[in-house]
Amino acid sequence: MNPNQLIVGRGTAEHHPMEDFLRMDRMPHIWCSTCGLGTCLTAFIAAVEESTIPREDIVVVSGIGCTGRAAGYLKFDSFHTTHGRAIPYATGLKVANPRLKVCLISGDGDLVSIGGNHLIHAARRNMDLTVICVNNFNYAMTGGQAAPTTPQGALATTTPYGAFERPFNIPFLVDSCGATYVARWTALHVRQLTIAIKEAMLHRGFSFIEVISPCPTVYARRNRLGSGLDLMKFYHDHSITKNFASTRECDIKFQQDIIVGKFVQRDEPTYLDSMEAQMKKTLGAKFVPYVGPMDPSADSEGTKSNARS
Amino acid sequence: MLEVRSAREETGHDEVTGSRGDEVSKPKRGPVLTGAHYLDGDHACAEGAIAAGCRFIAGYPITPSTEVAERLAERFPKIGGTFIQMEDELASIAAVLGAAWGGARAMTVTSGPGFSLMQENIGLGVMTETPCVVVNVQRGGPSTGLPTLTGQQDMMQARWGSHGDYEIIALSPSSPQECFDLTVTCFNLSEKYRVPVMFMMDECVGHMTEKVVIPDADTIDVWPRRWYRGPKDKYRPYAPDKDGVPPMVRAGDDHRFHITGLTHDERGYPIITAECQHLCVSRLVDKIRNNADDLMIIKEEQVKGADVVVVAYGISARVATKAVTDARKKGIKVGLLRLITVWPFPEKRIRELAGAVKCLVMPEINMGQMYREMERAAGGKCKTLLVPHCGGWVHDPDDILKAIVEGAK
Repeated sequence: MNPNQLIVGRGTAEHHPMEDFLRMDRMPHIWCSTCGLGTCLTAFIAAVEESTIPREDIVVVSGIGCTGRAAGYLKFDSFHTTHGRAIPYATGLKVANPRLKVCLISGDGDLVSIGGNHLIHAARRNMDLTVICVNNFNYAMTGGQAAPTTPQGALATTTPYGAFERPFNIPFLVDSCGATYVARWTALHVRQLTIAIKEAMLHRGFSFIEVISPCPTVYARRNRLGSGLDLMKFYHDHSITKNFASTRECDIKFQQDIIVGKFVQRDEPTYLDSMEAQMKKTLGAKFVPYVGPMDPSADSEGTKSNARS
Repeated sequence: MLEVRSAREETGHDEVTGSRGDEVSKPKRGPVLTGAHYLDGDHACAEGAIAAGCRFIAGYPITPSTEVAERLAERFPKIGGTFIQMEDELASIAAVLGAAWGGARAMTVTSGPGFSLMQENIGLGVMTETPCVVVNVQRGGPSTGLPTLTGQQDMMQARWGSHGDYEIIALSPSSPQECFDLTVTCFNLSEKYRVPVMFMMDECVGHMTEKVVIPDADTIDVWPRRWYRGPKDKYRPYAPDKDGVPPMVRAGDDHRFHITGLTHDERGYPIITAECQHLCVSRLVDKIRNNADDLMIIKEEQVKGADVVVVAYGISARVATKAVTDARKKGIKVGLLRLITVWPFPEKRIRELAGAVKCLVMPEINMGQMYREMERAAGGKCKTLLVPHCGGWVHDPDDILKAIVEGAK
């Protein structure tokens, strides 16, 4: 179903249908004009609708940063956690309550710098999570410091003479760790991004989508790249779609071509699949599968406080 | 005051049914390992978690706590629990918080260095009012210190380890039996007050093997989670009940709630103002402080009319009983006050006692941590004496005796 068809004919002048998925009591959001995050959120909501996953099963977890604020604007059970720790938090949610469809929306610094260790292990485990990594090449919210994604030569507040470290090639990183769905799009590629998010959510296993996104106020301004619209033009002129390209070739150099596409998509046992298989194999009939989370409706004592007060 | 029922006193079990190795593979009625066993503190703690209904553990190996996780890794797949070894302690505590919001009773276990790594997310747990239990089987520190030997050196860290103003609850066991009993209590308190509870074991108690009596499952008092039962669209994650604690939901039930570590209002939405900070933080602090009397679990022995009272916790309280006995033989009127709740510190009781005794003596396996609380609470109304110990072993009871004698002068 074309995402646009969901909107046409359903909206009214006073009410945009996507508002049902947003915390309108928190609008306007804090993101800058021509930042790519608004687009990411739209693509996410459209993907949710298209996926037909029951809404109550969807949980959104984020870390700290501009992208991290996404959890606060989305009207799902949502968790704005600590810097770099969204992935293990999400792991706890998923393992404790496997029915949940756990989605993460967080930034490049949050996920691959401070959160790097958790990223590689979740990919290794093929933990059934959908991770949307919005990459704006710096730590934007705190004023534009360099990140492990800042291209060599780019200016940032902590690299005032130009960044010189080799940055991560994130699709290569997660691919090498065992992610079973890996894609990269830019904030320009709204339809491809929506489809990718939908595929990622429906994919069983560790799904990772890198979204190249303009940061007009900080990164773009400091590097004289123009506004978000100028960067849209740049993405248009310099994105090369190469589905199933080798992720090894997907590094991003400062203001040069960006390879986008779906790079990895394969079916492998998830963490929970592997656990169950191993337990059954070793314990046989003695294996008791995880009983699941506590059920409020089964709890006969309700909110009665302790008997000893 | 909360009373801790000793399982042994209640059930009158005499029979020891075999070594700990046998008991792991032969649980009696359902998951709870009812019966009398020889267990060390770590294993008893694991059984306590099972008895409390904990079915989610995320952990990372660290001496001397590892046996708790190892036992649960073995027991859980046979009783419907789920154990995940995370990549580090930061991930472990994060997973525990996520699991709690997924609807599970969740626990992690660690020691000093791992406890340090967990502090940031303990703060997140406090700020989001997430019920969970963090077990610290303390060892000698600082830094890598004495991985295999005892200490009581993280006591202040349990209270102040994360940044910002907050209150937590911490309990300290003195025996493997208490490692079982009090783990259940930790879970209960974490649910009632919606706060991470620190279980401050030490390596000595953790690796000591003693008789542990585990009663029938239906006699173990497990307090339920305080579920919200109102209309889903009216749920406010931080609108408190009368005791200052808000009811909770789990993810996946269509409440569409948002929680954040940022300072937030009753809706859970971040509001970055001093006014919101005042409302948010004072309630977090007050919900523990205002209920401190209910949280005070202490055991007193011959305190009435005493000239000297030894105030101790954990393994040091066991060692102190020898010194107290010896002092009584010398004719000194000495009592023993054993702290089970270490945080919030039972300052009211200490203040009362300080007015009635000549001296309060505290032995602890550190250079003076809970002693500072005791001295502060005593308010100069009596002498206070610290019997410190750098760690690695327990006190020589004679050192405690010397302090008692000094205090009686």
